[in-house]
Amino acid sequence: MKPATKLLAAAAAVLVGTAGAASAQTLDKVKKQGNLSCGVNVGLAGFSAPDDKGNWTGLDADYCRAVAAAVLGDATKVRFVPTTAKERFTALQSGEIDVLIRNTTWTLGRDSSLGLSFVGTNYYDGQGMMVKKSLGVKSATELSGATVCVQTGTTTELNLADYFRVNKLDYKPVVFEKADETLTAYQAGRCDVYTTDASGLYAQRLQLQNPDEHIVLPEIISKEPLGPSVRQGDSQWFTIVRWVHFALLNAEEAGITKANVDQMLNSTNPDIRRILGKEGEFGKGIGLGSDWAYQIIKQVGNYGEIFDKNVGAGSRINIARGQNNLWSKGGLQYAPPIR
Amino acid sequence: MTATTNRPAPGPITPPAKPNLLYRPEFRQAVYQVLLVVCLLFAFWTIANNVADNLARQNIASGFGFWNRTSGFDISQSLIPYSNQSTYGQAFWAGLLNTLLVAVIGIVFATVLGFLVGIGRLSSNWLIARICGAYVELLRNVPLLLQLFFWYFAVLKNLPGPRQSIALPFGASLNVRGLYLPAPVPEPGFGAVLTALGIGIVLSIAVAIWARRRQRATGERFPVLWTTLALVLLLPGAVYIALGQPLSFQYPVLRGFNFQGGIAVLPELMALLVGLSTYTASFIAEIVRAGIAGVPRGQREAANALGLSSGLTMRLVILPQALRIIIPPLTSQYLNLTKNSSLAVAIGYPDFVSVFTGTVLNQTGQAVEVILLTMLVFLTISLITSAFMNWFNKHIALVER
Repeated sequence: MKPATKLLAAAAAVLVGTAGAASAQTLDKVKKQGNLSCGVNVGLAGFSAPDDKGNWTGLDADYCRAVAAAVLGDATKVRFVPTTAKERFTALQSGEIDVLIRNTTWTLGRDSSLGLSFVGTNYYDGQGMMVKKSLGVKSATELSGATVCVQTGTTTELNLADYFRVNKLDYKPVVFEKADETLTAYQAGRCDVYTTDASGLYAQRLQLQNPDEHIVLPEIISKEPLGPSVRQGDSQWFTIVRWVHFALLNAEEAGITKANVDQMLNSTNPDIRRILGKEGEFGKGIGLGSDWAYQIIKQVGNYGEIFDKNVGAGSRINIARGQNNLWSKGGLQYAPPIR
Repeated sequence: MTATTNRPAPGPITPPAKPNLLYRPEFRQAVYQVLLVVCLLFAFWTIANNVADNLARQNIASGFGFWNRTSGFDISQSLIPYSNQSTYGQAFWAGLLNTLLVAVIGIVFATVLGFLVGIGRLSSNWLIARICGAYVELLRNVPLLLQLFFWYFAVLKNLPGPRQSIALPFGASLNVRGLYLPAPVPEPGFGAVLTALGIGIVLSIAVAIWARRRQRATGERFPVLWTTLALVLLLPGAVYIALGQPLSFQYPVLRGFNFQGGIAVLPELMALLVGLSTYTASFIAEIVRAGIAGVPRGQREAANALGLSSGLTMRLVILPQALRIIIPPLTSQYLNLTKNSSLAVAIGYPDFVSVFTGTVLNQTGQAVEVILLTMLVFLTISLITSAFMNWFNKHIALVER
């Protein structure tokens, strides 16, 4: 090899190598910068939306806080990064955010070709449709020839096409980039139907001028398991975020709440003692302190509390627990044990 | 010792020795050029390598394998057959054609409106000049995105619903879902009308050439405009009536939720066209004004002195010279309009950026490939537009003698 070629090869190696360093361990990066960059929705009531004081509230926002509480011991150390449906994956891939918790549907395509891994399902959802009551439509099968407002870059757009094709119905899509624009267009009468995940429909219906003039049709046309996702290739970080989700569920199952967590520290129940780090070294195994789950529950609450406060009975949206109840209460939320 | 003995004997003058290859300027220039090219190639290769490496490391799919995969989504307006069973490649073309449609129609509207306003601003009529001035200042100084929102959300969204449509003449109707026009349906024999139209156009071109030659030779003028109108309109019209009007119309009718049949113009398309062309027209108006004002006063005075009417002065003396000034900046406006059409995504018009860089990018997740193609497409459109305008510019430039 001539010296000049050697030099070129060395320079190439340096340049390629520098860029490769971007996929370093996320946990170290988060600890070093002292906060968690969490990708959330730009504004979906109940999941993540800034309130009148500018604080991010919602189920997804609280999940961001739970991860921060487990990793940094402080639920307030979150940098919320609002992303649109279109931007979200690129933001995660490029390393701008550490975790994406933005009512995002877990699909095989996304798991395989986007370079990200979903850690679990923090909300079991399904796609629904909303129409004006005055149309007199009672079922989605009566919608032939309808115009449908939908947001771009979502599984919603694909399910819509599938549903109308399978049922041999015609429709015209009108596609917008932001949820607000989509809803505005629907409200102005540009479309007969507004479609998105059912949880979103219930939340956004309340934003309309006269919510009572609109009804959500009974059909749920798809499975939409919404959950947090992380970059592929960092299994430690993947495990941490996944077990934050499981800790929230296990805490609810064990009856540990934000209010009683300090008393529970003295509990003799081995399950509770393991969750709160009184027995075993489970926190260490995932690179965290032994009180990681205690911090989550103390600062954020358990899954049931988060659900009720943001989307359930304690909120304006008032969605029933349904599929999102614990497995022991007839729902789908099931967490492996901490032991 | 004398000085002469020290000096060598004057022999024949030898030519200066050829300098070393390294000191020859032409060689040095070539070396620098080659070095620059090598560095550039190396930079590109590094970037490409880097990207491929990082994508592979993060398990992100790469390559153009997605092109032939089924897209699974629908597009509200497509000039080619497209359904959710079509491929991403077909979605690419559908989006591209939608962008070209807006660009071409927008350029025509903007040019006509821009010329009218620009000439109007120079009018001696105080009111017309002020109105045109106000138009330019208002439209030019408000951000385009805001204007699009205005046309779409404030104006078009206030139209009535489909069941309370505004009926327009000739069976057309207008509502919040769009403008519905009757669609012409050709019947047997309509081909003859089209043939007559073709013959009319060819004949009128021949007449125009003949008239120009005759005027050059004899100075006599021939009413070319009227002959052309007669040939292009009356000839096919006569054939049409003679054959018993072989053209019917399919009228849009309200069925179910929406109007069916006829030609539907999406409100998104209308808002985008109105927004883009009125905005760009305000810039074109200023360019036209500058072009006309740039023709020396003496030209107009000379034309007046020759006894040309004011219309003829404008057409034969002022505009040909003004066009020389107008065309180059006009090209920039055309390019701007085409590129600004990508704001369509905000008001839900399925243009190239909305369909390809929006939906396709998101469903495939292949940002690098999609963005690269998008840049390539806009570059190609812009280069073709400016190549055409440069050709046109050369064509109309005054031959300097």
